[in-house]
Amino acid sequence: MSSPDLSPRRLLGRLTSWDAAIIGVLILFVIIASFTVDNFASSRNFSFLVLDLAPIALMALPMTLIIVTGEIDLSVASTLGLASAVMGAMWEGGLPIETIIPVCVLLGAVLGAVNGTFVTVFGLPSLAVTIGTLALYRGLAFVVLGDRAVAEFPASYTDLVTGRIGDTGIPLLLIPLVVLGLVFAVVLHVTPFGRSLFAIGANAEAARFSGTRVTRVKFWLYVVSGAVAALAGVLWTLRYSSARADNGTGLELAVVAAVLLGGVSIFGGRGTLWGVIAGALLLTSLQNALRLADVSNEALSVVTGLLLIVSVLAPNLASNSHAALRRRRRPDPPPPASPNPDPAPSPTPAVRSS
Amino acid sequence: MTTAPPTSTGPAPSVEHDKAAESRVGLILRARELGIVLALAALVVVTAVVNPRFLSGQSIRDLVLAAAIIVVLAVGQAVVVITRNIDLSVGSVLGLSAFAVGSLLQAAPGVPVVVALLVGLAFGAVCGLVNGVLVRFGNVPALVVTLGTLYVYRGIGFFWAGGQQINADKLPPGFLAFGTAGVLGVPWLIIIALVVVLVAGLYLRTYRSGRELYAMGSNPEAARLAGIPVGRRTLAAFVVSGALAGLAGVLFAARFGTIDASAGTGMELNVVAAVVVGGVAVFGGSGTIWGAAIGALLLTTIGSALPVLGIDQFWQQAIVGALILLAIGTDRVVAARIAASLRRRESHVVS
Repeated sequence: MSSPDLSPRRLLGRLTSWDAAIIGVLILFVIIASFTVDNFASSRNFSFLVLDLAPIALMALPMTLIIVTGEIDLSVASTLGLASAVMGAMWEGGLPIETIIPVCVLLGAVLGAVNGTFVTVFGLPSLAVTIGTLALYRGLAFVVLGDRAVAEFPASYTDLVTGRIGDTGIPLLLIPLVVLGLVFAVVLHVTPFGRSLFAIGANAEAARFSGTRVTRVKFWLYVVSGAVAALAGVLWTLRYSSARADNGTGLELAVVAAVLLGGVSIFGGRGTLWGVIAGALLLTSLQNALRLADVSNEALSVVTGLLLIVSVLAPNLASNSHAALRRRRRPDPPPPASPNPDPAPSPTPAVRSS
Repeated sequence: MTTAPPTSTGPAPSVEHDKAAESRVGLILRARELGIVLALAALVVVTAVVNPRFLSGQSIRDLVLAAAIIVVLAVGQAVVVITRNIDLSVGSVLGLSAFAVGSLLQAAPGVPVVVALLVGLAFGAVCGLVNGVLVRFGNVPALVVTLGTLYVYRGIGFFWAGGQQINADKLPPGFLAFGTAGVLGVPWLIIIALVVVLVAGLYLRTYRSGRELYAMGSNPEAARLAGIPVGRRTLAAFVVSGALAGLAGVLFAARFGTIDASAGTGMELNVVAAVVVGGVAVFGGSGTIWGAAIGALLLTTIGSALPVLGIDQFWQQAIVGALILLAIGTDRVVAARIAASLRRRESHVVS
């Protein structure tokens, strides 16, 4: 990034990179859908699209940073649900909305800190921890609100979420979305902190020895992820003017799919934020177009699931074939260091080592 | 690898120290499963004291019938988790298989129950095969692949069902009877679950390829170098998990009689919880089928004890989540103890 290498091969590599390809696919898709799907290109649909995009894109921002460090947070959708349930309970309890919103975001930060503590202090695998908190937070949401729904949030606030800028048809919600996207992009790609995230993802041990406070960084990423997920919960509640414990169930799939679709490596160390934003846009516009074409919500999950699988498979298959191509091009490879002197299986496979 | 097999060529290590260390390791591992059994016993006793009817014949029967389905799923999940993978798609496979078998029986009521079971098993095995192929040849984490197929299989179910539901009155009575009847008073569901547990448990304990699953989970790279066909075994583990989820789907259909496209939604969380609570480490390489089965029994018992204890049913999912966290935390401590114990053994060998 710091030294723009403009050699033709490098330039070609840049153009054929995954995130560039996704941006290309996105543009192509929007053009095709505008012509073939009725109402897709209307300004009314555009504001719906932004409303659908907002929670996914919001949660995808910190998720990108977390996956770049080689971890994952599967509890975001449950954090969203718990924030929504708490918001409903507090509104029912007669608290002013100006108090409720910051409290909810703070609650999200605490929930994220719980994830971060388990991952960093206890050193547990983030995947298992956040599957646990996925169940725990969603369960707590049901404890808080049961299967009731709290509605009738103040119109001034719900209008703020669903409203548009003047007569332009541009949704108001796009402003915080763009601002937060820029902030995260700058943090990830311009600051030393952002570079250290890539270093952690590439090799956490090496990053630690070169002076990065790996555990502290990861902890705060989870805090931010929780807070942003709670903010998404607040927006979700205001958009539908309905606080429910099951709000956003299964949304973690869409968030992870958007991030991986955007070219972030699931193994950490690689990815760009604009790729992720393009991934989130592609995912939501695809869903939006299919919904306009009368595909049911449940059936849409096939598309999200397939996109997720394709986006983790494709880079691996591509790099495999790339490696194979390189091997073929170089006919005289250096002899392998040790061609496995003992191919015979050992008689007693050792088990249960830790 | 910390536990290299003692070779016959090298200087013979002191066997007594080895045995002592091994029994220490075994003790810690047994303590892990014993803890679950004690927790289960304590829960049953407390609940029975609060309401003695909890131990009535009907109540126990309902409990074990409900547990049978989760036990079958947990066995398949344990096989996958031991190889350091995970299968999140089991709930969706269960739903899909239940609907497939339900449709089959609706169209051809004369199909015998055994055939229905085999169809479900085969259907699930195909779903598992897809997972296994993606994990093996795609070289991607099982978590992501099966999170994807969780939604793909569920979505296929919704496409297929198209909003319709199969009701009990459309299913042949012989099949529904299978859900509750049994031999000598023991329901078929429980017999099937026990057979699954026994076969899988003995296989993983005794057979070479079963032990190889543990080796893969402990250290995939070392397992590969030791000549274990890691790819093939991984594939097989996913096929087993899928097949058992398919079987569970048939049991589900027989037990409840009413099937729609959402059958088994969210069940994967309970199954993963059952497995890790039962002492199968999420890092792979340790744990037993018996442990997973007891974990499943514990989780089901919690579910039916809550209303008896006067606790709101909404707490159940939160408890599942808390148990997962508690279990993986405990595993970390156990793993640290074992590592310390093995280090002691090595230092003995040196001296």
